[in-house]
Amino acid sequence: MSGMKTDLKLIDENGKRIDGRGFDELRPIKIEAGVLERADGSAYIEWGGNKIIAAVYGPREVYPKHMQDPSKAVLRARYNMAAFSVDERKKPGPDRRSIELSMVISNALSSVVFLEQFPRTAIDVFIEVLQADAGTRIAGLTAASVALADAGIPMKDLIVGCAAGKVENTIVLDLNKEEDNFGQADLPVAIIPRTKDVVLFQMDGDMTQEEIDKAMDMAINAAMKIYDLQKDALKRKYFSIVQEDEQ
Amino acid sequence: MSKFTESVVSEIKKDYIQKLLSQGSRLDGRAYDEFRKIEIVKNFVPRACGSALVKIGNTQVLVGVKIEPGEPFPDTPDTGVLSTNAELVPLASPTFEAGPPGEEAIELARVVDRGIRESKAVDLEKLVIKPGELVWVVFVDIHVLDYDGNLFDASALGSIIALKNSIIPASKFNQGDDFPLPMNHYPATVTFAKIGDNMVVDPNLDEENIAHARITISSDESGRIHAIQKGLEGTFKIEEIKNAISMAISIGNKLRDEYILKGD
Repeated sequence: MSGMKTDLKLIDENGKRIDGRGFDELRPIKIEAGVLERADGSAYIEWGGNKIIAAVYGPREVYPKHMQDPSKAVLRARYNMAAFSVDERKKPGPDRRSIELSMVISNALSSVVFLEQFPRTAIDVFIEVLQADAGTRIAGLTAASVALADAGIPMKDLIVGCAAGKVENTIVLDLNKEEDNFGQADLPVAIIPRTKDVVLFQMDGDMTQEEIDKAMDMAINAAMKIYDLQKDALKRKYFSIVQEDEQ
Repeated sequence: MSKFTESVVSEIKKDYIQKLLSQGSRLDGRAYDEFRKIEIVKNFVPRACGSALVKIGNTQVLVGVKIEPGEPFPDTPDTGVLSTNAELVPLASPTFEAGPPGEEAIELARVVDRGIRESKAVDLEKLVIKPGELVWVVFVDIHVLDYDGNLFDASALGSIIALKNSIIPASKFNQGDDFPLPMNHYPATVTFAKIGDNMVVDPNLDEENIAHARITISSDESGRIHAIQKGLEGTFKIEEIKNAISMAISIGNKLRDEYILKGD
């Protein structure tokens, strides 16, 4: 939460949000698998105004060599925002925020990948935010897990997430830019959908315990819907390959 | 200790710690919801505007606050600036290396920062000297001296106590008389480690080394939550997070009464 103040009315008298959505409504989401030629796996996601591309390279040799782990692969995710992705130009390169996000995303993805099958290797995941519109870490993570599947890397399941938050004392799903800037709290969650185990969980702002419970349930329910979109994206790519082969 | 011997030792210890936990006890005899002994030395560094040396068990963290005039951020012209930084200096552990802050130090600083910032602990609106031009900039610097687990809670506790005791050196900058840093709230931060299916509060280094997940929760005096961070590669059940939040509120209240508000 940036704590900025505004005269903007984030929820109108009919209970509609600034972009016309209801409290528990997601923004439109589109996912596509296998969008890059050179990467071993890739995915593109549009989530509201977010446009994010994720690529996977590996398992491959680890550089620098001292990062090697003799018992398993190291999974390294790098979350990066393009300079032009936000209103005010962002200075290129990693900043403290992107280093933290890279870390929590790496941890989340590591929980589902069978890393022990590829000792002494690196699995590199690159997430490039081309346009940012709030919720980029979760959108990037959601795309990254599709890219890992597209690269054929063995996993327990995909990872999927969603954020919920608090705007004008109301718990709402999937904050947009204005709600993120001027809202009261943000709570991104990511899960392993089959077990509902939580792999990423952050919160900042001001919430009671009851509000957190509500936001968490709302975000997890929505994540399950996004899981279907992820599976669809993978099926679309591989189904079309099968069709080409049959012709 | 090399990486190899470290991992062998931890395998043996891991089994032992896990066996103890399954029987309901911890290596150092604490209850699951019990902190190690906490000691605080306020104003350890008189040259700082405020400071606190915090010991939780063998973990030692020194937090210093420096306050000076500076420019506000363009998007918040009418509030002071708060900046939190953490250094894991190599004297604190054989595993810490010199150089610019790594991802662990950055995560530590950002989680502590969110607890202070989101609870509006410091009244930043009272730190304006000339609106849009000159405000007080508050630097919180976390210096880890001895790493024996749970840097999050030690750093958060040290930061809030150092801030609470800070004096703005206004006279030094010809801005009138010195005055205490205005505070609104006193957040308390509580961290749990998940080992097997057990959650323990204030993990020591042995426990941290074998934990697969971690969660840090900051709450204020009215039980409102301001920051949560899940860490490490492991997972939590939804119920485990909900339980951790209620425990963090009650343990946080005790920390606040005994260590943050004490001595007023």
